Parts: sequence; C-alpha cells; structure tokens
Amino acid sequence: MTIAQIIFIAISAITVIASILVVASRNLVHAALWLVLSLAGVAVLFVLLQASFLAVVQVVIYIGAIAILIIFAVMLTRRVMRETKPQVNRYWWIGALAALLLFVTLVVILNQVPSAASSVSELPLPEEDLLSMLGTALVDVDGFVLPFEVASVLLLAALIGSLVIARPIKLDAEEGDEA
Amino acid sequence: MDIPHLVEWTIESIVIVVGLIAGFAYLTLFERKILARIQVRIGPNRAGPWGLLQPVADGIKLIFKEELIPNRADKLLFVLAPVITVVPALIVLAVVPLGPDMMIFGHNVTLGIAGDVNVGVLYIMAVSSIAVYGIAIAGWSSSNKYALMGGLRATAQMISYELALGLAFVGPILLANSMNLMDIVNAQRGLLGWYIWLQPLGFIIFLLAGIAEVNRDPFDMPEAEQELTAGYHAEYSGMKFALMFMAEYDKMIAVSMIAATLFLGGFWGPFVEQIPLLGPVYLLIKTIFLLFVMIWMRATLVRFRYDRLMAFGWKVLLPLALVNVVVTAVIVLVGG
Amino acid sequence: MIPLSWYLIVAAAIFCIGIYGVLARKNAVGILMGIELMLNAVILNLVAFWRYLTPSLIGGQAFAVIVFAVAASEAAVGLALIISIYRRHSTVVADEINMLKW
Repeated sequence: MTIAQIIFIAISAITVIASILVVASRNLVHAALWLVLSLAGVAVLFVLLQASFLAVVQVVIYIGAIAILIIFAVMLTRRVMRETKPQVNRYWWIGALAALLLFVTLVVILNQVPSAASSVSELPLPEEDLLSMLGTALVDVDGFVLPFEVASVLLLAALIGSLVIARPIKLDAEEGDEA
Repeated sequence: MDIPHLVEWTIESIVIVVGLIAGFAYLTLFERKILARIQVRIGPNRAGPWGLLQPVADGIKLIFKEELIPNRADKLLFVLAPVITVVPALIVLAVVPLGPDMMIFGHNVTLGIAGDVNVGVLYIMAVSSIAVYGIAIAGWSSSNKYALMGGLRATAQMISYELALGLAFVGPILLANSMNLMDIVNAQRGLLGWYIWLQPLGFIIFLLAGIAEVNRDPFDMPEAEQELTAGYHAEYSGMKFALMFMAEYDKMIAVSMIAATLFLGGFWGPFVEQIPLLGPVYLLIKTIFLLFVMIWMRATLVRFRYDRLMAFGWKVLLPLALVNVVVTAVIVLVGG
Repeated sequence: MIPLSWYLIVAAAIFCIGIYGVLARKNAVGILMGIELMLNAVILNLVAFWRYLTPSLIGGQAFAVIVFAVAASEAAVGLALIISIYRRHSTVVADEINMLKW
C-alpha cells in the first residue's frame, strides 16, 4: 500500500458512497448536494491522474454550473414532491437488478481485458506542457478542431433551445434565463 | 516541499486569513464612515478615537446575541451554510501575487502563496463558482419564503454574471499570453503598461460583474431589505450572521484585489524593484481605492429592479464582454 | 502505484449507480442527476485510459472536454424542459408526463 493507493481508496469510497446517496436520498436538495460531493471526488481522481486542467474544468462546469442549475430547478419545483411519498417508481427493483447485473458483468469483463490488468502501470507523461498541448490540439486542423467547433455549435443550440423551451407562456419577465 | 517553503506558506496563509478577517472588520467601519461623509453625517465616532473600536464593539455585540435556528429548518445545512459561504471568500486570494521575489534570511521568498501556478485564473473562476453554494443552501435550509426567494435570486444572478466575469478575465489572459497571475502582473510594469488602458471596457465589465457576484448595491437584489427583509440570511443571527456578513465583505476585498491585479498593475509601483516590501503596500492602496469606488456606488446608485438586472446581465454585459474578447483576440493576433 | 483496473471499477460503480437512478427515480430532476453521474463515470474512464495507455496523445483529454460540453448542454436543455413542464402542469414526476400532446 502506497500513500497514493490509500488516497485513491479513500477518495473513491467517498465518491461511490456519495453517488449512492444521490440516488437514495428522499430529499432532492440533499441528493443534489451529495451529487456535488461525488463530482468533487471525481475531480480529485482527475488530480490523481495528473489531469489538473480537467479537474478545474470539472469544478467550474459540473459543480459550478450543472449542479447549481439542478439545485435551482429543485428549488423552483419544490412544492410537487413531498418527501413522504415514495421517491422511486414501482419497478425500482428491476432497475436495481439491472444496475447490479451490469456492474458484475463489467467487473468480470474487466478482469479478462489485458490492457486493464493490474500489471499495466502509468506511462511517463510527455515533456511538453499538457495544457498547451490540449489547447493546440483543440484548434489544430490535424487535431480536434472539427469536434471542437461542433461542440460550440451544440452549446449555442442548447442555449437558444433552452431559452425557447423555458420561455414563459405569458410574457412576464419574472424568471431569469437558465442557461 | 522542503521545510522553509512550508514555513513560508504557513506564515503567508495565516497573514492572508488574519488580514481578511481584520480587513472585514475595518471595511465595515470604512464603509460606514464614507457613507456618512457622503450623506453629510459624521458616522461612528463614540467607540475609541474616530470610532476605531467600533468593529470590536460590533463583534462583542454579535457574540452575545442569541443563536436562533428556525424550528422547521434543515438544521445541519443551516449551520453548514455560513461556513460554506465564508471558505471560498478566504481561499480565493491564494493565487494572487502580493509582491515580487525577495531575499529574507538567505531564502528566496515569493510574496503570495501560489502566485506562480499556471492555472491561477482558472482557480479564481472555480472558487467563485463554488461561492454560490453557501447562499443557495442558506436560502433553502432556512425554510422561510423570503430566504428562499433571496437564495433563488442570488443563485440566478451569480451564475448569470459569472459568464461576463469569466469573459472579462480573457482580455488580460490574451494580452499577457498566460493564465499565470504572476506573468499577468509582470506584463504590466509602469503606469502606461496597466491593462486598464488597453482593456477599459474589460475593466468596467469586470467591476460590474464583480459587484454583482458579491451581491452589492446596486445589484443587491438577493438581500433587498425593503422587499425580502434580508434575503438569504433573514433567519441568521449572532455569529452565523457575522460569518455571512464577513463573507460578503471579504468577497468585496477579493474582487477589488483581483481587479487591481488584473487591470491596475498589481503590486507594481515606483521603487518596488529596489524595495520589494513596497509591493504589498501598493496593492493595498489600489485595493482600497477600488473598495472606495464600490462604496461610492452604493451611496450613489439605487437598486436595480430584478428583471432589469437579469436583462442587463444577459443582454448588455454578456454581448459587450463577447465583443471585447473578439476585438482583443483579433488585435493580439494581428498586432502580435 | 494505482492499477488502471481500480479506476475502471470505480467508474463502473458510479455508472451503474447512475443507471439505477435513471431507472428508479420518479422525479425528473432526480433522473437528470443519474444521467450526470453516468456522464461523469464516462469522463473518468476516458481520462484513466488516456493516462495509462496513450499519455503522449492528448486525444483522451480532448474527448473529455467535448463530453463536458455535451453534459452542460444536456443539463441546460433538460432542466429547461422540466421547468417548462412544471409551469404548465405543476408536475415533475416522469410517470405523469405521459401524453404526447396537450
């Protein structure tokens, strides 16, 4: 057991437990806050994988934007779901079974894939600055410029789409935009 | 990760945190004094000479107030919310360089904890995006409709203005060609090198969005006394209220200090190269000037209406910030 | 030294928990949270594979960045839909939203 392994086990335990509480909490605001903890755990795992830029992006986008939007939506729609009513539908046990089955299958398959075996160790990182490598790759014509542009078009479409969808029926400018 | 560095970081962290706490206390006095002067009053002048002990008296009063927790509140979150609000305000300044390198007892000491980290600007973005949580949780856990409204307004306002704030960062990043705050500061030597001359629009957008981020007048909708009684901290009392209050003022200090770093040349000023210790002093002077501007705006301007606030953020500030980014990028690309 | 399989198992666990959330939750916002968990597990997998198999190619990280953008747009549109439905019908229970047109 090295220190890195102990840190990994602690962080992933927190992450997995928080994820379980996300789907198990009766109170949706609590569920959303557990989601924040789970996302933060994944951000720490990114740091362990030496992808510090992605860790910061995880905090900015997932924790700072997506999770807060979810909390916002829960607060706006708070009246309909009382916590005393069951929070899961009547087929929840099938869902649980399916998830468990999938997990077992994935673990079994993982043990047979050679590149996932425990003997595979981290390769040395390249010499150059990873951040500038990523930056140039995203705008390089031989790199990922097309997916990058498609992603920006997707974001624009999502922005306009959510504006149109969430537009109030009567034009009372009461709400802010949720994008 | 040797011992002298650890000692250096510990001392600097303690200095920053203690400085922010003391700064909060005296910023309240500063604000009351200036508001009083602008409104042709005298301001607090009973506790100590020129009212200098007023923050201490306020602190003692708040310690002895009764701590109330509403009956139907979510108790754990209610207690946790002030802490979550304060922490981002205290840690955001970690990446701001406070002064140039200097020699102390034969060690090369950098003033500022992590001014040289290469994702400094992203760190500020990340921390400021976490800052929403304390307010949202405080509003929700109080189980009070005014608090909830305040929390909702604060959340919507902060995520809206964060976009303009983030885009205002891009100008200095492009000009300095770095996300490292130390590089950005070092690129602004001399009064004419300040980025406020190259980025006047960026500076104004940053200041406005920053004021909206910390929920100050004229963007203090989340705590508008007249319509929401006090917004998200309506149910807070005693030291928990003091923590909420402290977070707000520390965020003001942080926004001013970051604006001074990005646009006003940070710690550079006359004779800093000869006497490095002057660096923090210049940074402090610039910060206090920006704080004065914020208080001045509070004394002068009336509160926005809520829908106009959102419309201003999305329809005026965000397009302006985008135009600013595009123009800056083209000029940097063409002019080298 | 952390083996690659550990990361993959954690990601698989988060993914399966997310699937359970999507299948079992009644509240549409809860379903969305499950989807976010699943997307996060996918990103974790991408980054882990990048680190262990091809660290010299930046493709894994670039892919992860694209997934971030997709997750953000998905959350924005999904929440806009939920709020729109809530405004018209005062419900966010996925089972009660069962008419194609109204």
